[in-house]
Amino acid sequence: MKTENQKAWFFVLPVLLLVAFNALVPIMTVVNYSVQETFGNNVFFWQGLDWFEQILRSDRFQAALGRQFLFTFLILIIEVPLGIIIALSMPRNGFWVPVCLVTMALPMLIPWNVVGAMWNIFTLPDIGLLGYLMNHTLGIPYDMTQNPFAAWVTIVTMDVWHWTSLVVLLSYAGLVSIPDAYYQAAKIDGASAWKVFRFIQLPKLKTVLTIAILLRFMDSFNIYTEPFVLTGGGPGNSTTLLSIDLVKIALGQFDLGPAAAMSLIYFAITLLVSWLFYTLMTKDDAQ
Amino acid sequence: MRKRSLIPILYILFLMLPIYWLIAMSFKTTGEILSGFSLFPQTFTLENYKVIFTDPTWYWGYINSIIYVSLNTVISVAVALPAAYAFSRYRFLGDKQLFFWLLTNRMAPAAVFALPFFQLYSSVGLFDTHLAVALAHCLFNIPLAVWILEGFMGGVPKELDETAYVDGYSFPRFFVKIFLPTIKAGVGVAAFFCFMFSWVELLLAKTLTAVAAKPIAATMTKTASSAGYELGLLAAAGTLTIIPGAIVIYFVRNYIAKGFALGRV
Repeated sequence: MKTENQKAWFFVLPVLLLVAFNALVPIMTVVNYSVQETFGNNVFFWQGLDWFEQILRSDRFQAALGRQFLFTFLILIIEVPLGIIIALSMPRNGFWVPVCLVTMALPMLIPWNVVGAMWNIFTLPDIGLLGYLMNHTLGIPYDMTQNPFAAWVTIVTMDVWHWTSLVVLLSYAGLVSIPDAYYQAAKIDGASAWKVFRFIQLPKLKTVLTIAILLRFMDSFNIYTEPFVLTGGGPGNSTTLLSIDLVKIALGQFDLGPAAAMSLIYFAITLLVSWLFYTLMTKDDAQ
Repeated sequence: MRKRSLIPILYILFLMLPIYWLIAMSFKTTGEILSGFSLFPQTFTLENYKVIFTDPTWYWGYINSIIYVSLNTVISVAVALPAAYAFSRYRFLGDKQLFFWLLTNRMAPAAVFALPFFQLYSSVGLFDTHLAVALAHCLFNIPLAVWILEGFMGGVPKELDETAYVDGYSFPRFFVKIFLPTIKAGVGVAAFFCFMFSWVELLLAKTLTAVAAKPIAATMTKTASSAGYELGLLAAAGTLTIIPGAIVIYFVRNYIAKGFALGRV
C-alpha cells in the first residue's frame, strides 16, 4: 500500500515545470487564436466560437476526419491480430530470440521522413522494387501517384511495416511471462491449441494489448510525416489525413483562427478516445 | 525447422525488403537508378557516401541530431526518475490527475504544437539551438519515461526502501547506491525510448531549427528537392540514419520486450 506524503510533490516538480512550459503556453496560444480573427500586423478581433462552428460543419474537415478514422481502424484491425500471430509463433529461447527482437524493432527506429522516402523509392512504378514487381512481373497496374486505391494500400502497408512490431514485442513480453506450469496443466487436461490461446494466453495478453492499442491509436491518429512524404496527401485529397490537412491550413494558407479551432477539436477527440482506453487499463491495474 | 517458424521468417523478410532496397539504391549511381530496374547495383559506387562525409551541411546534420537527441534523453530520464519514484511509492494530492495530464501530452498531435512552439522558442531566444529541440521533445518523452520507470519501480518491493532506512541510509544515498542499480534495466529501457522517439521525430525538430541545429532528416528533404531529386544521395543519407538506432537497440536487446510492455508484465 502506498503511503500518503504531500512532500512527494517536490519530486514531481521538475517534470511538472518542464512539461507545463511545453504544454500550457502553446495550448493557450492555440486557444487564443481559435477565438479571434486577424488580418495581420498583430491586430486581433474577437470571434467567439464561430471558427469552431465553421470547422465542425465544413465538408473538408468531416472528410479528413472520416479518412483519419478509416486509416486508424484499418491499421488496428490488421496490426493487432497479425502482431499476436507473429508473437505466438516466435521462439521462446535460444539464439534466435535476440535476432528476431532486434530485426523486428529496427523499422521503429528509422526517422519518420526516412520511412516515407524509403517507401517512395520502394514503390516507384518503374524503378522501385515493389513498383517494378507489380507492374512488370505480375502485370498489376500500380501507381500510387495516380490511383487513390493504390495510395491507400501503400500507406496502410507502410504503417503495418512500420508498427506491427510494436504489437509483436508487447505480446511477446506478455507471452514469455506465462509460467510453464500453466501449459503443463493444459496438456494434462488435453486442451486444444485454441483453448490454450483463449483461456491461458489471451487473458495474460489483456494488459499489454491495451497498451499496444492505446499507443497505436494515439500515434496513428496523429500521423503526419510518413504519409506526407510518401503521398503528400494525394492523389487529390484522397490520403489527406487530419494532421496533413491541419498543417495545410495553418502553414500553407496561414488561416490561424480556423487552424487553431481545428487543432482543439482534433486534440479533444484524441483525448476522449485515449481517456477511455486509459480508464480501462487502470481498472486492470487495480485488480 | 518447424512449420511455425515460417511466420516470423516471412515477417522479417517483409521488414527487410524496403530496407534492402534503400541500401541497394545508395550504392547505385544516379544514372543507373534512372535508366531502369536492377536488383543489385551494377556499377557499385561509394560516391553518394563520399558526398555526405565530405560536405559539412550533410555531416553536421548527423552531429546536430545526435546532440539534441542525447541532450533530450539525459534531461528526460533525469527529471523522470524522482517523479516516477513519487508516483510509485506515495499518494499525494492530485496524483492520479497529474499522471493522466502528463499522459495527455503524449497524445497531443505534433502538428497542433508546431506553430505555437516556433513562437514560444523564438520569444525566449532559443530558436535554432539544440536545447530548443531537446526541450520540445520533452513534451512527449518525459511522460513516456515517467510511465516506463513507474512500471519498473512498481515491481520493486517496498521492503527494500524500508530496510535501507533501518540500516541508516539517507534518501539520496539509498536512491543512488541501492535503488538505481535495482532498476537499471528500467533506466536503460526509458533512455532507449527517449532516444527512439527523439531520433525519429521530425516535424518539431524542423520547425524549431534553421541552420545551426538543423537535423539530418531535414537536410535530406531540402537537398533532395533542390538538387533535382538525387535518389542515390537520398538513399545513402537514409541508410546512415538507420545505423544509430541499430546500435542502440543492440544494447537493450534483452530488455526490449519487457520495455515495450512499459515494465507492466
